[in-house]
Amino acid sequence: MANIVPFFTIIPLFTAFAISLLGRIFKNAFIHTLSIVSQFILLVLSLLSSVLLHRFVDGKILVYKIGGWIPPFGICMVLDGLSSFMLVTVNLLAFFVAIYSLNYMNKYTDKPKFFTLFFLMLTGMNGVIVTGDLFNLYVFLEIASIAGYALVAFGTEAEELEASFKYAVMGSVASAFIFIGIAFLYGFVSTLNMADMARILGTKTNQWVLPFVSALFFMGFGLKAALVPFHAWLPDAHPSAPASISAMLSGVLIKALGIYALARILFNIFGILPVYSKILMFLGALSMLVAVVLALSQWDLKRLLAYHSISQIGYIALGIGLGTPLGILGGLYHLFNHSIFKSLLFLNSGAIDYAINSRDLKDMSGLRERMPITYHTNLIASMSIAGIPPFNGFFSKLIIIIACIQSGYITYAIAAVVGSLLTLASFMKVQKFAFLGELKEKYRDAKEVPLAMQLSMVVLSIICITGGLLLLPSLRYFLDNAVNVLLDGSNYANRVLETALK
Amino acid sequence: MNIKNQDSYTETGMTLIVKTVTRLTVGLILVYGIYIVLHGHLSPGGGFAGGVIIALSFVHLMLAFGRDIALRKVSKNTVSILESIGALMFLSIAIAGFLGGVFFLNILDKGSPFRLFSAGTIPLSNIAIGLKVGVGLFAIFLTLVILEGSKR
Amino acid sequence: MTLYILCFILFCVGLYGVLRKRNLVKIIIGLGIIEYSMNLFFVLLGYRLQGRAPIDAQHQDILNMVDPLPQAVVLTSIVIGLGITALVISIAIRIYEKYGTFDITKIRRLKG
Repeated sequence: MANIVPFFTIIPLFTAFAISLLGRIFKNAFIHTLSIVSQFILLVLSLLSSVLLHRFVDGKILVYKIGGWIPPFGICMVLDGLSSFMLVTVNLLAFFVAIYSLNYMNKYTDKPKFFTLFFLMLTGMNGVIVTGDLFNLYVFLEIASIAGYALVAFGTEAEELEASFKYAVMGSVASAFIFIGIAFLYGFVSTLNMADMARILGTKTNQWVLPFVSALFFMGFGLKAALVPFHAWLPDAHPSAPASISAMLSGVLIKALGIYALARILFNIFGILPVYSKILMFLGALSMLVAVVLALSQWDLKRLLAYHSISQIGYIALGIGLGTPLGILGGLYHLFNHSIFKSLLFLNSGAIDYAINSRDLKDMSGLRERMPITYHTNLIASMSIAGIPPFNGFFSKLIIIIACIQSGYITYAIAAVVGSLLTLASFMKVQKFAFLGELKEKYRDAKEVPLAMQLSMVVLSIICITGGLLLLPSLRYFLDNAVNVLLDGSNYANRVLETALK
Repeated sequence: MNIKNQDSYTETGMTLIVKTVTRLTVGLILVYGIYIVLHGHLSPGGGFAGGVIIALSFVHLMLAFGRDIALRKVSKNTVSILESIGALMFLSIAIAGFLGGVFFLNILDKGSPFRLFSAGTIPLSNIAIGLKVGVGLFAIFLTLVILEGSKR
Repeated sequence: MTLYILCFILFCVGLYGVLRKRNLVKIIIGLGIIEYSMNLFFVLLGYRLQGRAPIDAQHQDILNMVDPLPQAVVLTSIVIGLGITALVISIAIRIYEKYGTFDITKIRRLKG
């Protein structure tokens, strides 16, 4: 059964190069079919892995030894509850973004290159999620990041190039911090396997290197996740990319590369200490408030959404940083929900851009009549992100706030509520300026977007409405398995090494 | 021999001395790169180092003779096709491990150490990497040159 | 120890280049210096006193090898560095095409 694990990196990698090789020769239909089919296989595999892991696997962990080498000598791939949760999130979103891109990317010229980079980015993200080796994580992180830099500059307009340059420089410095952190850890424990690292760190009494390394990792992964002191690149980079890529970047890239990697290292390798969780919570609360205040004054639609990404990442970091079962549940659940509704919002902004060729909120008004599907899906997504009751965003925010109160962090709970209210305010602004009001004369003949774009927006909005069902007892294993992995802490080492030697 | 009608490309590129030396050495550099790739499993070097040397031989050609002559030898399309083939080759060697049951498994006969034909799939992987790196690095250089040239 | 401190100084030089210089090309050079310093640091970590290159050769018994793993890791990291440098340089060339300058204080079309 462990044989499915490497396919999460094989399939996108193969698709990427097959498209770059054959995309020039065959027509668009071939590229479309290939990308949708392989993306669909990935989605099915990830859903399957989640179900199989819960039903049929003892210990809920699969370890795949690449080349048959036993860890720590060889690289291993680990699929546990958290990995399968992240895989479902990433691949679900990537599937709908791929469908959306079929039509949307007609605006740009070079479709084969776009899909090559898209699948390379997906390879990187899936690789970061399934790998069990710290340096391998770094390599996959760089693959995803480099594809991301190139995709931000995909339109090669002046602003996009500028944003991409900024992103690339900041991202490289972040990678340098991560690499130096890995180097220090290697010097300390003489292994790169994550499980073995956790085991050896557990046996050492004098862990003088850990505070220093964790500071480096906080800087590096914090920059990748755009937590507030390190967020400067995100409001430039995410709006500049094509809308489908903004959805991927904001929806999953910052979470897989930033939050997931940081949580995996802090919880499962270092074994979470109170001081790390305090730092994580403080950064989370800070991002939550600062970014939402900055978002209020934005008039560029995509830029506003980008600031909200930082703010929502703050909620996730706050929830995971709490370290209690309820807090981690809230954080991970919000991670899933945010990836759905934030990408839906970005896809909406792309649809508006596609129809009327503008991103300025002052410039658009009354689009409700001309673009009913976009309007309704946008309404659902706005209410989800603001935390209005029946939608998924409400439940995850509620869980995070309850968890804060339960652990005695009243200030953070109040901050979360205030952040949520300000989010509501800024999305009411979006609704008022973009969709309500008088239709402007020049947009009289604006058309609703093509079918594939509508389809992915509608399905994502349905997930927004039904996302609350994940809390039902029969479906809760999806979240609970992920939470248990983080709660398990350094016990991860024993589970991986025992499973590998079996 | 008259310099003027010797070649159509005397106007572009560097001086006659550089061109002559390049013509003599470029083949040697290429062969040396191929040697490094093929001996990757026995001596220091391997796919990446050899690939870089192979790419440098083409870069050398381009620097001496100018962009158009080098492009006539290796076009941009060929480069990008070869690059993808290199990547797919490496991936298929890795996938071939599934014949033995495991991803990346070395399925071929390992032979005795320090022989040219030994180490199973490692030399094949080295060739794939060498192709990918050599062509990829040349493609990077080519793109930068074309980018630079289109501006004027 | 001196070598590690020199590595750190090199890293600081690179960081200074990235943070303080206004020319895009100098920023890229700064990135390159950061890249080299971290590679150097990782290779140094694997060094043993009187160690020799970790190459298994015929008719030779090498008892005192340096750690081969950092060398493999650094080779990968060099490749990644090459990719980033190539990408950033091509972006810089395109920026020069659009703005006509390498000065970052003049490349400011994005606000905030």
